[in-house]
Amino acid sequence: MSAPDNLVEVEHLTKRFQVKQGVFARGKAEVHAVEDVSFTVRRGETLGIVGESGCGKSTTARLITRLLQPTSGTIRFDGQDISSMSQRRLRPLRREMQMIFQDPYSSLNPRKTVGQIVGAPFAIHGQKRGKLRVQELLETVGLSPEHYNRYPHEFSGGQRQRIGVARALALSPKLIICDEPVSALDVSIQAQILNLLRNLQRDFNLTYVFISHDLSVIRQISDRIAVMYLGRILEIGDSESIYEQPKHPYTGALLSAVPRASTGHRARIVLSGDVPSPVAPPVACVFHPRCPRFHAGHCDVETPELRELGPGHEAACHYPLERWPMTDDEIRQAEGATRADRPHLEGAAHE
Amino acid sequence: MSATSGEKLLDVRGLTVRFPTSDGVVQAVSDVSYSLSRGETLGVVGESGSGKSVSNLAVMGLLNRQRTAISGEVDFLGRNLLTLPAAELRKIRGKDIAMVFQDPFACLHPMYRVGWQIAEAVLAHADVGKAKAWERAVELLDHVGIPNAKSRARDYPHQFSGGMRQRAMIAMALVHNPAILICDEPTTALDVTVQAQIIELIEEVKREFNIGVVLVTHDLGVIAETANSVMVMYAGRIMEYGPAKQIFEHPQHPYTWGLLDSMPSVERRLAALVPIEGSPPSLLAPPNGCPFHPRCRYRFEPCPVERPPLDAPVPEAHLDACHLSWEEKVKHGAERSITRLGDAA
Repeated sequence: MSAPDNLVEVEHLTKRFQVKQGVFARGKAEVHAVEDVSFTVRRGETLGIVGESGCGKSTTARLITRLLQPTSGTIRFDGQDISSMSQRRLRPLRREMQMIFQDPYSSLNPRKTVGQIVGAPFAIHGQKRGKLRVQELLETVGLSPEHYNRYPHEFSGGQRQRIGVARALALSPKLIICDEPVSALDVSIQAQILNLLRNLQRDFNLTYVFISHDLSVIRQISDRIAVMYLGRILEIGDSESIYEQPKHPYTGALLSAVPRASTGHRARIVLSGDVPSPVAPPVACVFHPRCPRFHAGHCDVETPELRELGPGHEAACHYPLERWPMTDDEIRQAEGATRADRPHLEGAAHE
Repeated sequence: MSATSGEKLLDVRGLTVRFPTSDGVVQAVSDVSYSLSRGETLGVVGESGSGKSVSNLAVMGLLNRQRTAISGEVDFLGRNLLTLPAAELRKIRGKDIAMVFQDPFACLHPMYRVGWQIAEAVLAHADVGKAKAWERAVELLDHVGIPNAKSRARDYPHQFSGGMRQRAMIAMALVHNPAILICDEPTTALDVTVQAQIIELIEEVKREFNIGVVLVTHDLGVIAETANSVMVMYAGRIMEYGPAKQIFEHPQHPYTWGLLDSMPSVERRLAALVPIEGSPPSLLAPPNGCPFHPRCRYRFEPCPVERPPLDAPVPEAHLDACHLSWEEKVKHGAERSITRLGDAA
């Protein structure tokens, strides 16, 4: 079943966290962080995962690297099932998957020098590689070898993120998971890091899983994109196809909500309300309480499965968008849509 | 309040803010001048440390006068806010000039009901009873789109979502029908779909109450969608200032080009992102001459020596602070889009 051109294969991955609720924490509840998620990452590509806060994108990343133990489902990395592998057996595989984190201030130990930070992976995996190799890495990411003995506080945000990238590259991994790597950076610095990541991918044949809430960043860097909402993938496909012909109403709403620096007016779908709690996600389609194309008796009863709606493009929706762009009215006028009858949304919508 | 659209509300001239520290004097804001009229949204853009927030705190009189050296003039309807006695200033701040901050959770007291916190703002400037103030709070919450405002007013902040908290903050800012609403990164902490709701709300409030809005953000997209005029700041100084349409369609300053070119686009995958090399300067010792010259790819002899004044290079252009000649600006401006968009352009 494992195709050699897939580096990561994830099937029916689910992660639930137990939380305590109520007075004196007597009640127990479950956060449905990731629900029945399946996707593959091909060798050499960048899979972008995009979604709002709490959609499960970071949890998915931590499950792939087995920093978290999945509740159910399988994760195959380079042909091996790692979903229930012991930590000891995982260790050699960990060399091949590395992470870059969001906050370059908290992900570097302030008491270690840059040399120690970037050299740590060698020490952990019992490899004797000297100062020279570390300095080489520093140069690869655009820092100077003289930075070897400096401490993180001496660097700006962008430079620190470069240190994080050098550390991730140290053991020549196959897969790098980038969890919001540019979100904390100013826009001029963000472009530097995005260009660096792209060049490294080309030079070292890296595979990226790139997580971000920023749709512009995701478009710039990804070959394929998965759109997540409340722990589920609502839409997945080739980047161009997702942005030019989104099928899921949520993707449409996300795209139309992004403020654009180009002038000129356009229609915008403003979603009403907020993301529901993942402790009690809506039944059936998780997006139905906010969806402008909601059909009572269908969307709140039957869970839509991901189905192919175009070449390499899948969406989980009973009433996908026929074309794009659509105006707010056209979207609402989906045949038989019953959104207008839902009084609890009144007042929250601003049109 | 008389409300003629276009009436000049705020006139800031030569605003300069210095923070003396043990490491030296931080030159946070230097010689900043702008104005705001009724019905106008002024967008202030810049990266971290560009002085965009500090300049607004200075206007609001929220900087400690003992530990800060502020000079210049902030004229609000004929009165200079910088020299006004604290007691007088307190009558204006929160009443005629209101502010909405980035993190709505940090701005609401966790142990008081949301409605009461808004009612408190009512009581601060109006001689009314508590019941009346509570009524006004509920009315405003309803106005900014909180469903079931009457019962939600009794909620505590943690029972509100991020978007609702920001709505509550906007309600609080509106209690005394202010003339000016200063919004400092109002949507940065919010998800993109909620961000769209809040931006629409601010626009609505502006139209309805006919006020002037200062919108501070690092997100050029937000500015492009809402602002009438734009001020681009770098290292505490204004680099470019003019009508929004002109700034986005014909930007004149290399820093603005850099900002626009390093931004990925949601509309297309760009041929190349063109970052601004290097990093912003320390404000303890900003570069001589043009503060942007160390990172500017178009710098030439005068840039490190002489600071370019903020003026219009030709009468039909808007203000910028750059030594390049108008012809060079037009030429470089045209070349930019080719690098960024590739052959498609």
